[in-house]
Amino acid sequence: MSIETLIFEKGAPGRRAATMPSMDVPVESLESMIPSHLLREESAPLPEVSEIEVVRHYTHLSQRNFGVDTGFYPLGSCTMKYNPKMNEDMAVLSGFACIHPLQQEETVQGAIELMYQLEQYLAEISGMARVTLQPSAGAHGELTGLMVIKAYHQSRGEGQRNLVLIPDNAHGTNPASATLANYKAVEIKSDPRTGGVDMDYLRMILDKHGSDVAAIMLTNPNTLGLFDANIAEVGRLIHAVGAQLYYDGANANAVLGITRPGDMGFDVVHFNLHKTCSTPHGGGGPGAGPIGVNAHLVAFLPGPLPAKNGQGYYWEDPGPQSIGKVRANVGNFGVLVRAYTYIRSNGPDGLHHVSESAILNANYLKHELSSDYEIAYPHICQHEFVVTTKRQKEESGVTATDIAKRLLDFGIYAPTVYFPLMVPEAMMIEPTETETRETLDYFVHVMRQIAEEARTNPEVVKTAPHTTVVGRLDQALAARKPNLRWTEGQEVTHCSENPF
Amino acid sequence: MLAYLGLSSIEDLLAPVPEEVRLHRPLNLPGALPEQDLKRLMGAMAAKNKNLDTSISFLGAGTYEHAIPSVVPHLQRRSEFVTSYTPYQPEVSQGMLQAIYEFQTMVCQITAMDIANASLYDGSTAMVEAVLMALGQGGRGEVVVSAGVDPQYRRVLQTYAFARGFSIKEVPVCNGVTSLTDLDAAVGPGTAAVVVQQPNFFGSVEDMRAIEPIAHKGKMLFVSVITEPASLGILAPPGSYNADVAVGELMSFGNTMSFGAPALGFMAAKQKFVRLIPGRLVGQTVEEGGKKQTGYVLTLQTREQHIRRERATSNICTNQSLLAVGATIFLAALGKQGFRELGELCLQKAHYAFRQITAIPGFEAVFSGPFFNEFVIKVSGSLTKLQQHFVQASIIGGYPLCESYPGMDDCMLFCVTETRTKEDIDLLVRVLNEVRM
Repeated sequence: MSIETLIFEKGAPGRRAATMPSMDVPVESLESMIPSHLLREESAPLPEVSEIEVVRHYTHLSQRNFGVDTGFYPLGSCTMKYNPKMNEDMAVLSGFACIHPLQQEETVQGAIELMYQLEQYLAEISGMARVTLQPSAGAHGELTGLMVIKAYHQSRGEGQRNLVLIPDNAHGTNPASATLANYKAVEIKSDPRTGGVDMDYLRMILDKHGSDVAAIMLTNPNTLGLFDANIAEVGRLIHAVGAQLYYDGANANAVLGITRPGDMGFDVVHFNLHKTCSTPHGGGGPGAGPIGVNAHLVAFLPGPLPAKNGQGYYWEDPGPQSIGKVRANVGNFGVLVRAYTYIRSNGPDGLHHVSESAILNANYLKHELSSDYEIAYPHICQHEFVVTTKRQKEESGVTATDIAKRLLDFGIYAPTVYFPLMVPEAMMIEPTETETRETLDYFVHVMRQIAEEARTNPEVVKTAPHTTVVGRLDQALAARKPNLRWTEGQEVTHCSENPF
Repeated sequence: MLAYLGLSSIEDLLAPVPEEVRLHRPLNLPGALPEQDLKRLMGAMAAKNKNLDTSISFLGAGTYEHAIPSVVPHLQRRSEFVTSYTPYQPEVSQGMLQAIYEFQTMVCQITAMDIANASLYDGSTAMVEAVLMALGQGGRGEVVVSAGVDPQYRRVLQTYAFARGFSIKEVPVCNGVTSLTDLDAAVGPGTAAVVVQQPNFFGSVEDMRAIEPIAHKGKMLFVSVITEPASLGILAPPGSYNADVAVGELMSFGNTMSFGAPALGFMAAKQKFVRLIPGRLVGQTVEEGGKKQTGYVLTLQTREQHIRRERATSNICTNQSLLAVGATIFLAALGKQGFRELGELCLQKAHYAFRQITAIPGFEAVFSGPFFNEFVIKVSGSLTKLQQHFVQASIIGGYPLCESYPGMDDCMLFCVTETRTKEDIDLLVRVLNEVRM
C-alpha cells in the first residue's frame, strides 16, 4: 500500500504551475489605491509546485477514486447509472460554458431557450403544470417545495399548518428539510407487510391533526424499492384535510413513462437530475433539483422563470405571491445542459425503456441473490431492492458493513448499507438500467462467494477490504479529534511513500 | 432475462403500479436524436449565445471571469472524479476525500480562518447557512445585513427568512460602503449576525477593521461575505479582522462560468464552530487496528441529515465536490505567488480602466473610496444607447445598477479582471468616447 502525500508537502519555494498575464497597464502603488490596514500582510501560504507536480498529484488522486467508469456501483437510492460522454461535451461548448448570468437577454437566447424547453420536458415527464429549474440539488428542491407549500397555505389563511408527515423509511433529507422550513416532522409508520404507508395509522393521524398538517412527503417507489399501491388513496385522504402531497423524486428512475407523480396525485415534485437524467455525481455534486408544481401552486414558485413571446425568450419576473429566490442566478445550468442532452438523446421511448430496464435488472438481481441472502421484502420490486444480511450476522457475525467492504476487493462499489433504518443489516441495491447481464452476473457471483466466505472463513470478510489503497479507517478517532486541514509541520504517517 | 425469470412481458413487473395511476400513452416529448444530429442541434443553440470567448466582458456583479490554466480541466474532468458519488466508502474514495481535505485547507489558507467545509451550493446559500448557524446560537432572531451585500444574496436571505421565521434589518450604504453610524444603530441585543460583504457589491473595499467592533458589540456572529475571491490575494483576509464566519463564492477559480452555476459556495469558520458548521467535512485519520497509515474520511457526520434527520444542522446532501476539486487544482497551479499576482493584476487593471473612463466627460465616478476590481460609473446619457454600442463592438458591458438599487438609474458597475488586456480596456474607452460624441 502506498500513500499520496498532500500537495502542501510537495514542491519548493518559488515553484509555480501557472503563469499570469503580463501587467500591461501603468502600475500604481498598492497603498495609493487601498489603505494599508486593509491590505493582506502575508501571502496566503498556498503550495509552490511545478506543473508536472500538480498533474501527477491529481492524476494519482483520481487513480485512488472509484467511479461508475471504474466499475459497478449498485448504490441504492443514488442511481449510479452510466453518464454519457456526449453530455459532458455539450456542457463545455463555449456558448453554454462561457456565458455570464447577467448578460442581456438578447445575448443569451439559446440558454434561455434550453431552460424553457427543459422546463416543459420535465413538466411532461412529471405530469405537473410548471417547473422551476432553480434549486441546486434534491434537498434544495425539497426545501423550495416546502416553502411553496407554506406560502400557499398562508395565502389561504391556513398558516397554522405546522406538521409535515414523513414515513419512517424516508430519506434523511425529508425531515431535515421540514425542520429548515420551520415545520415539525412527524414520522408515519409503514405497513410491515407491504412497506407502504400504514393506512390505518395515516387515517388516525389525519383524524386527530388534519387541520395542522401542511404536507406529506413520499417517494414512490419507496426506499424499499416497492411501489405503494395505495398512493391514490393517500392523495385523497391528504387532500381531504387540505394538505399537500410532496413527491421526493430520488427514485424517479423507476417511473419514466410508466406513471407520473402528477397522475398519482402529487402537488409538488422534485427531480434529482444527477440521478434520473444521468448528469454525473462529481464525487458528491453538483446536482440539480428542479421542482414541478400543480397549477394552484405556480404563483408561489421562485423566479425568474424562462418565458417566450413573439420577440424570443426572456426572463419573467414572478408575481407578488412568489417565495422569491432560493439561490443566486437561475439554477445549475451546466447540469441542466447535460440533462437536456440526455432527454433529447433518449426521447419518450428511450426514457420508458430506461425505467423498464432498471426494473428488470433489479428484479433479476433480487431473484439471483435470494438463494444466499434474505430479501427484506420478497414482492416484485421496482428499480431497487433491500437485502438483509441478518442471517449472515447470526451465523458468523458478518455484518452488512463487512460484506460491503469485501465487495470493494472485487472491484465493485458497496450498496447503500443500514438504510432504510427499519430493515436490520440492510443493503439497498440499485443496479440501474445501464449495466449488462454479464456485470450483474459477476456481482451475483461475488455476492455468493462472500456468502460462502461468511460460512467458511468469516475473518476474510470481517477484515476486508484487503486490496484497496487503505484498509478500514478509524472513524471514531476522526470524529473525536477532528483534523480538517493541513497545518505547517503536520506529521503524516504512512507505511511507504510514492516519491512522485 | 424476462424468460429466465419466468415472465411473459415487462408488464408482469409493472403490476404493482395500479391502473388508475398508469400513464396510458407515450410521453409527449421530441423523438430520440442520434448523437451527430443532437450535437448539431446543441451546437446551434449554443451559438445563439454571445460568449465570453468571443466577446470582451466588463460584467462582474457577483460572477467573475478568471483565466483557467489548462491543467485544471484536464485533471478535474478525469472520470474517476466525475463519475463517483459522495465518498461513503473511504477505502475506494481516497482521491476525492484527499482532494476535499486539500480544498478545506486552501480555503483556510486564503481566508486565514481555522476550519472550512467541503462546499455548499453557492455563495448566496452559504451566506444563508452562516446566518442559520448564528440563529441557532440561541435566543436572538434578527439578522443585520449591509445593503452592500449582493442584492441576489439578500433576496435569497429574505426567502429563507420567510420560511424559517427570522427578521432582517438592512443597513444602508454611504459613499459606496456600509454606513457605520447606521450599522451601530441597527445592532442590538436581538442581533444574531452581522453580515457584510468584502469587497461589497459596488466593488468598494469596506473598512472591516472599523466594522468588527460594532459587529461584536454583543454575542452575535460577524459574517464576512466574499463573492470575488481574487481579492484575497491582496486584501486583508477575514481571519485577520476577526470574522467568525467567512462565506462566499469560489466558482471563478478553475470552473466554467456556465450561466452562473453550478457554483461553489464555501464556508470557513473559527475552530469553536466545528460541530455546528453545516455540510460535509473531510477529516484525516489513520487505519484501524494499529496500522498507522494516514487516510481520509467524511467525519462529524452526526451533524448531518442522513444520521440526525430532523435535528441535522442543515438539510444539505449533494454539494459541489467536483467544483471544489477544480478550485483546489486552480489554487495549486497558481500557488502562493500566482494568487497574489492575480489580486494585483485585477486591482491595477481595474484602476487603469477607472482612470481612463473617468477622464471622459460625461462618465463620472459615483464613489470616492477604495475599490478592488469593480467600480460604479454614472453615465450622463442613456444606458440603453450605451448597451447598443457595446453589442456592436462585441463588448459585454457592465451591470446596470437600476435593476437592484432604485435611484441609481444612470449607474453602471464595471468589472475588470486579469483577463482584460490594456487593449481591451482602451477599446472600451474608445466606445465610451464615441457614445459621448
